[in-house]
Order: sequence, then C-alpha cells, then structure tokens
Amino acid sequence: MATHPGGLTAEAPPTTVRIRNLIRSFGDRDVLDGLDLDVRAGEFVALLGRSGSGKSTLLRALAGLDHDVTGSGELSSPDPVSVVFQDARLLPWKRVLDNVVLGLDGPDPLERGRAALAEVGLAGREKAWPVELSGGEQQRVSLARSLVREPGLLLADEPFGALDALTRIRMHVLLRRLCARHRPAVLLVTHDVDEAIVLADRVVVLARGRIGADIPVELPAPRAHGGAAYAALRERLLAELGVDPTAQEENAA
Amino acid sequence: MSTEAAEEVTLKKAGLTGGTTGGTVIGTTAATASETTRPPGIAPGRASRRLGPRRRLGLGRPVPYGWALGPLLLLAVWAAGSATGLIDARNLSAPWTVVTTAGDLIENGRLQSNLATSAQRAALGLLFGVLGGLILALVSGLSRIAEGVIDGPVQIKRAIPSLALIPLLILWFGIGESMKVITIALGVFVPVYIHTHNGLRTIDTRYVELAETVRLSRTAFLRHVVLPGALPGFLLGMRFAVTGAWLALVVVEQVNATSGIGYMMELARTYGQTDVIIVGLVVYGLLGLLSDALVRLVERRTLSWRRTLAG
Repeated sequence: MATHPGGLTAEAPPTTVRIRNLIRSFGDRDVLDGLDLDVRAGEFVALLGRSGSGKSTLLRALAGLDHDVTGSGELSSPDPVSVVFQDARLLPWKRVLDNVVLGLDGPDPLERGRAALAEVGLAGREKAWPVELSGGEQQRVSLARSLVREPGLLLADEPFGALDALTRIRMHVLLRRLCARHRPAVLLVTHDVDEAIVLADRVVVLARGRIGADIPVELPAPRAHGGAAYAALRERLLAELGVDPTAQEENAA
Repeated sequence: MSTEAAEEVTLKKAGLTGGTTGGTVIGTTAATASETTRPPGIAPGRASRRLGPRRRLGLGRPVPYGWALGPLLLLAVWAAGSATGLIDARNLSAPWTVVTTAGDLIENGRLQSNLATSAQRAALGLLFGVLGGLILALVSGLSRIAEGVIDGPVQIKRAIPSLALIPLLILWFGIGESMKVITIALGVFVPVYIHTHNGLRTIDTRYVELAETVRLSRTAFLRHVVLPGALPGFLLGMRFAVTGAWLALVVVEQVNATSGIGYMMELARTYGQTDVIIVGLVVYGLLGLLSDALVRLVERRTLSWRRTLAG
C-alpha cells in the first residue's frame, strides 16, 4: 500500500487545486493576503496555523461558503468538492443512510450509500438516528457522506478536533485507508502537529495570510510517533508555528 | 421496569399529598435552608448520609395514564360535592344527571346533529387557518422582502383578538356559515404562523451550509432541511391552533347561531337546564383534549428523532 507517494514520483499527477493571490478581508484586516497554493490530484496536504491565521477562511473559500466576505484572487478547484466539518453536521431528523445520500444523484444512491457506510465500518446502522451514535460514529457517517460523492477534493476542517484521543487514532487509520482507496486531493485543516505529520504528504503552515512554510513529509508509512526524523520534523513545524518545543517542556515539567 | 413505574406513581402521589399539607412542607424547607446557611466546617460527614443514587434532575419515565390524574381528580371533587349536597343542583347538575341527560340527547339525536355541525365548522376553520398560516410562514420565512410585507400585518392582527373582529365580520359576511368559519380561521392562523416562522428562522445555519456543500437544489433544500427543521415549531403552533379553533367555535355559536353545540347550550341557558349546559361543556372539553392528544401523537411519531427532556 503506497499510501504516501510524497509527490516526488517521475510523472507527477496534475495540479487540481490552484490558488493565486487570494485575498480575504474581514473589516480592515486581510486574513488572507495574497496567498498562493497548489495541490496535486490525490495529494494529502495538511494546513497548519495558529488560531486566527486564516485556515478556516481558506477552507471556506475553497468550499464556496464565503458569501459575505470581501476579497479577490484566482481560485480553481476540482468537481465535486466535499467538506467534513468539525462537528459531524448530520441532519438530526434523517436516519444515518438518508444523511449519507443527502443530495446525492447518479444511479442507485441508496446502494452506494450503504457501501460507503460499510466502508467506514457502520454497516447495519443505516436506520439509526444520528443522536443514537457516538461522536466518533457520527464523524464516520460524515466521512461516508463526503466520500460517497467521489470528490476530487476533500476539505476537512479539524474533523477530529472534538474526538477523544483513542477515537482520533482510529479515525486517522480509517482516513488514511479511505484516501488510499479513493485518492481525492485532501486539504486537512488542523492545529495538531502530530496529526499533520501522521496523515499528510505535505504540510503547509499559514502565517500572516500566506503560506509561510511548505514542507514535504518523507517518512515511511506507517508513521508511528517517535524516531529521529519524526522528532526533527515535529520540531521544525512547531518552530514555524512560533512554538519553542524546549520551552514547552520546561513549562510542562 | 414496572417497579420503577410504580415508584414514579407513588412519588407523584406523595407530591399531591404534600401539596395539601402545605404548612409542614414549608416548615421542612425552612429547616433545610437554615442547615445550608451553616458554615461548611460545622456540619462534617453530612455527605455520608446520602447513600442511594444521586437524585435525577430529568423527568424520568412517563407515568402510565398520567394525563388522566388531573381530570379524574376534578371529576371526583364534582361527584363528592353533588352527592353531599355541597353543590346545589340548580347551579351545577350532578355528574350522573349530566350522564343521563347526555343519554337522552343522544337518543333523540340532538347531540349528534349539533356536534356534526360544530365539528364541520371547526374543521373548515382549522383547515383554512392552518393552510394560511403555514403558507404565509413559509413565504415570509424564506424571503426577506416577503417577511417585510407579511410579518407586520400578522403581528398587528395578533394584537387584535379575533373575537373583537366579530362585529365587523358580521357586517361583511352576514351571520351565515362563512362568517363562523372565517372567524375560526383568523384565530387559528396566527399561532400556526408565529410558531412555524420561528421554527424556520431558528434552523441552525450550519445545516444551511451543509446543504450548500452537498449542492441541494432549492426544492431539495426545502424538503430535506427547511420543512423538517420547521416541523417542531409547526406542530407546537398546531396545538395552539386546535384549542383555539374550539375556543372560537364557542363564541361564534353563541352569536346568532341556529345549530351547533354552542347554540344547544345557549338554548339551555334560556330554560335554565344546567345539565344540558354541562353536556355541552364536557363535549367541548373532550373535543379539545382529543384534538390536542391527536396533535401530540403526530408530534411523537414525526419527531421521534429528538431525544429531549420529555423523552
């Protein structure tokens, strides 16, 4: 399973997301200030940044959800784009399967929906109400809803931020397996450096409204925590985010 | 399971008897209040007294036939009052007199024919009122301009009781059936509008975003997000509407009517037949209770996805 080609193969896949000089402002403040970013087809990019750095603004721009935001720039993305939100965002009045196939067209939506649910390990829960599921299960339904559309680009806004640590690890494994099979381009917004390293082919750090650092992750899979290369990358990313890891250790001790 | 239910019933009964012996209850609360104001250090080991499970703050399991407790109590007081002679039969007939009168009225067909007329008026008024309220709420909930046009007049109408409009409605529509149905409809549409509109506007914007990302069409958005999202509000409005319909019916049937339950009662008043009046009241009450129960049943069926305090 070559889950992480690293984007360095001889025949690089085509660029599917292309952002040039993207500006988004709230009032006087330019949250995104001339941002450029390319994502190749099938590439998994993690977007790191401090809070307020414009991660979500960028994601919402790509999702087409920024109606009342002023801004300019060139932005092209594949079709369709799927979004996984931090909250699973299931319609509470629809059963699980109906949530998965919401707005899904094409042949046999229900059958495809069932297959997608089986893929995330929720076969047999088609008729459950969203309130009957745990947080992790709800987020898996949300993943199924996104992937059943076979998106060219999967946008994920801190999708595991509200889950407990153990569930999060299981979701990481699941997401990697699903991405290996469906090969969408992924833009994952996170503020968890470890999550970024474990999942992504490339980590970009947002700073002052632009891409401050663009670092390929060239670690063999599976990427367990630990190891010198892992630690070095982690330290570098933390430095890019303006965190001094040694100082942090002192505080913790 | 059954033992728990039984416990609930006893709890309820304990609550009722507690209400009648109000003096002692107040006494105990005063005592606990003085206990709690004591500085914490002086009363050590108080926590050890509490051994059972922590007191639940939710409502717990529903009591079987709990809804019947209040009405049955009322009936018991009435029967006791009549039997002991505390209630004068000229003021209020005994329950059994009312039952025999109801039997007579059913036998000669008066009750059925009057009930049919009343039910038809209420149903028509309810139909037009609910449709009007629902459509207006949807239109004004989905468009800012429509809201500007519709919402103001509805709020003005809301401030004027429908019953105060009766003189005007009689001038416009006469004293026939249409005036009665219109009066009922006017009373019904306001709560349906208010609650549906409110339900619609309080739909979480996150669901609207979701609908955009999965590219729902306008009609699919209405069907999958707006209507189910506004349904709890609409059904709450319906509960007000059905009781409102019967309320308006009482008034229109006592003004220039020649048939209906209200007319039957009005006639009985001129002959001093309190038993017939009571039959009419009971019928009105039963109709109100039944229609409310019906809406609640629909509520439980259609809103089974909710897990709320009510369970």
